[in-house]
Amino acid sequence: MLKQTPLNARHRESQAKLVDFSGWEMPLHYGSQIEEHHAVRRDAGMFDVSHMLSVDLRGAGARAFLRQLMANDVDKLRTTGRSLYTCMLHEGGGVVDDLILTFMREDWFRLVVNAGCADKDLAWMEAQRERLGADARITPRPDLAMIAVQGPHAAAKLWHAMPGLEEVAGAIKPFNAVVVGEMFVARSGYTGEDGFELTLPAKAAPFFWQALLEAGVRPCGLGARDTLRLEAGMNLYGQDMDMATTPLESGLAWTVDLGSGRDFIGRDALLRLPRDKCLVGLKLLDKGVLRSHQRVIAPQGEGEITSGGFAPTLNASIAFARVPVQVRVGEEVEVEIRDKRLRAAVVKYPFVRNGQALV
Amino acid sequence: MSIPTELQYTKSHEWVRQEADGSLSVGITHHAQELLGDMVFVENPVLGRMLAAGEECAVVESVKAASDIYAPVAGEVVAVNEAVEASPERINQDPYGAWMFRIRPSGELSGLLDATAYATHLETEAR
Repeated sequence: MLKQTPLNARHRESQAKLVDFSGWEMPLHYGSQIEEHHAVRRDAGMFDVSHMLSVDLRGAGARAFLRQLMANDVDKLRTTGRSLYTCMLHEGGGVVDDLILTFMREDWFRLVVNAGCADKDLAWMEAQRERLGADARITPRPDLAMIAVQGPHAAAKLWHAMPGLEEVAGAIKPFNAVVVGEMFVARSGYTGEDGFELTLPAKAAPFFWQALLEAGVRPCGLGARDTLRLEAGMNLYGQDMDMATTPLESGLAWTVDLGSGRDFIGRDALLRLPRDKCLVGLKLLDKGVLRSHQRVIAPQGEGEITSGGFAPTLNASIAFARVPVQVRVGEEVEVEIRDKRLRAAVVKYPFVRNGQALV
Repeated sequence: MSIPTELQYTKSHEWVRQEADGSLSVGITHHAQELLGDMVFVENPVLGRMLAAGEECAVVESVKAASDIYAPVAGEVVAVNEAVEASPERINQDPYGAWMFRIRPSGELSGLLDATAYATHLETEAR
């Protein structure tokens, strides 16, 4: 039996093609994945991301606990609504999950974790809390739904859908948030466009979804979410990094605080392990489609595509690949697709930002 | 969408149309394109290639996945549809118009399904 979000009936009304995603019945698309992708790049789209789990961490020892649990520097968070993208590592330096951490109050932080990792994360956090004797309570919040509204017109349509919201949320900057009644409005997303992520009580979600629909925001499925995040150069847990790979070989060194000397779980392993692989962007020069697990052949050695696909904004195929660190942007590599070797350029990513192609 | 009665079908969701010159056009069915989603790439067999019945001979790739196309009958590839290669979305827009390649069959046709049998096959698969 698949789990359903509070918006399941709304998806069915909009003729969603529903699929099993990490045990949740989620919309893959509502007719055309590519049109949904373009809607987010050019106008405004919305995603039901209620399958992701919010977790509250409360207590006087919350910050101290997070300083040990998270690879990014939790001390960057000092004001209400400020968020941080971070990995949670195990002792071997591998990634237990990547998540968004938000400061609510000095004794209250909120995490949003991947649906497919939620059980594992809760068990991991609870075990660490006990081991460290941290003064913090871990409370999963399955009673909360999440809607992401994304695109150049997301703000205007959101203000139209929710009268009065602009006055309180109109000025929030990226990676900040405000609390509006029972709703939490964050300026963030997973698409490379401007937009908002609304966290709200599950029972209120269908009403707001409908209001957004009536304001002309297009429902978008997980298919478009994947091509949008790939173009935007954002990692996907389980593909681009996992328990067996470190953030340093997954393009996430920028999220790891090795400089401050703070001792966090996995730090020793990161310092000890050889850094022989890195994540690069690829753009296919021949015709075809890059897909995860395809073999990459570079002059410096072999690698593998971690995420790949067709990029609708670029009308080309792009990918992330884990390759030897010696591989440089501007070089050409080969990718094995079925019985052929196709040429791909090593490029900087993000590939697309705010509707503009960067490669 | 109804299943055109003038065409023949395979269990792997190709359709086959008999052309006036004796060749057979091959495409994928409405059901197949709906399952795969938005098409982004078509790779046809090279002209002149001799195909065995059931041989993997072409590939369609959608946003979701790559999918092999099998030769519905044995024969020689005598035409490929470059318009569909250039605009794979034509398969989504008009699956029974967007032929991929044509085969001059080397023998009698056998093992193909008519529209009724294909409809039954779809129902069996759905169960």
